[in-house]
Amino acid sequence: MNQGEQVKVLGLWGSPFSKRVEMVLKLKGIPYEYIEEDVYGNKSPMLLKYNPIHKKVPVLVHNGRSIAESLVIVEYIEDTWKTSQTILPQDPYERAMARFWAKYVDEKVMVAIWKACWGPRSEREKETKEAYEGLKYLEKELGDKHFFGGETIGFVDIAADFIGYWLGIVQEASGVTIMTAEEFPNLQRWSKDFIDNNFVKEVLPPKHELAALFKAQFGSVTSD
Amino acid sequence: MADIGEDVKLLGFWASPFTRRVEMALKLKGVPYEYLEQDIVNKSPLLLQLNPVYKKVPVFIHNGKHIPESHLILEYIDQTWKQNPILPQDPYEKAMALFWAKFVDEQVGPGAFKDVIKAEKGIEVAIEEARELFTFLEKEVTGKDFFGGKTIGFLDLVAGSMIPFCIARSWEGMGIDMIPEEKFPELNRWIKNMKENEIVRECIPPREKQIEHMKKVAERIKSA
Repeated sequence: MNQGEQVKVLGLWGSPFSKRVEMVLKLKGIPYEYIEEDVYGNKSPMLLKYNPIHKKVPVLVHNGRSIAESLVIVEYIEDTWKTSQTILPQDPYERAMARFWAKYVDEKVMVAIWKACWGPRSEREKETKEAYEGLKYLEKELGDKHFFGGETIGFVDIAADFIGYWLGIVQEASGVTIMTAEEFPNLQRWSKDFIDNNFVKEVLPPKHELAALFKAQFGSVTSD
Repeated sequence: MADIGEDVKLLGFWASPFTRRVEMALKLKGVPYEYLEQDIVNKSPLLLQLNPVYKKVPVFIHNGKHIPESHLILEYIDQTWKQNPILPQDPYEKAMALFWAKFVDEQVGPGAFKDVIKAEKGIEVAIEEARELFTFLEKEVTGKDFFGGKTIGFLDLVAGSMIPFCIARSWEGMGIDMIPEEKFPELNRWIKNMKENEIVRECIPPREKQIEHMKKVAERIKSA
């Protein structure tokens, strides 16, 4: 368990990107030291040292070396700690597909949801449509699988943490509804199971605090 | 080896750096393939069927399985054909290659091309900001023949297809000396090394044709 030494996570308590890293570490039983970063206020010298390019969290520091970008970090963790709980499939094609959907969540769905809820007014209708379509693709991809990863939580489930937990809170705080139980029964079922997982539960930020954070940082849907 | 060499196809576009890098990888590994040039304006039913989510090239087909997104394709090729590895074995080195490849495609590409065309704060500022991005890459390649070390690797394929053999040709068309040798000696040395590689030379778009093409793309960006 030498690999378990000296693991630090620089993170932000409300960030789904940050939480992805913590979820995977917990799922794999890897001990780590968590350091909360004041990303929107005063970035610490440590953050600026370990992620000089983007100056963002999460950053993983392992034995003095740092890695940024949440999904790159998750893959690094998977490659470094060979535990029985695996996140990515072994088969190269299945692996490529898992990475594809994770990328899709990040680049298309999350971005569209954010813009639909808090983007410029003129764009909101278009972004809502895009977010809806994106979620429909995910709904289809999930099908009646327990998780995107099959029987156990995998790479895509981790990447979709925002959809599993944050989205409901975001919808309430912004007054914009994109994902409903009627139109997305698979995703609805999945999100309940996802947030019910013991390791995921352990790291999720409290709902009321997140709601307060969103309302404070982004205002209401009536403001520009 | 003969089994997995069968039925390999690549849907691509001649000027697309994303397509070119896949061809470089296939040639570096000696994998025979069939290339199918795509009309990216009037997209073929085949392209739309194989990549319904993004409707883009490249799409890689291997024994009936299809994979979009160049980074995913490169990783798949590396895992499937083990000769002449592209990605590092070491998890940290691999994470770094993936991180920088993301940086090249998501920051450098747009920053040193689209943002320079648009030059919202004026051309001088646009060039300065683009050069800041190249400073990171200059540091990364210092003291190495290639980003991958002694041989061409993942990041060389990504950065090579994107920078000297794509956006650099738009700078030529605009009369901009973006990465002068005095300021970026290491990057220029790397470009020389890339140009000396026979396989790389085989896979790059013809210079004059591409300069013309990039001018047209620049016009579209300006008028958008």
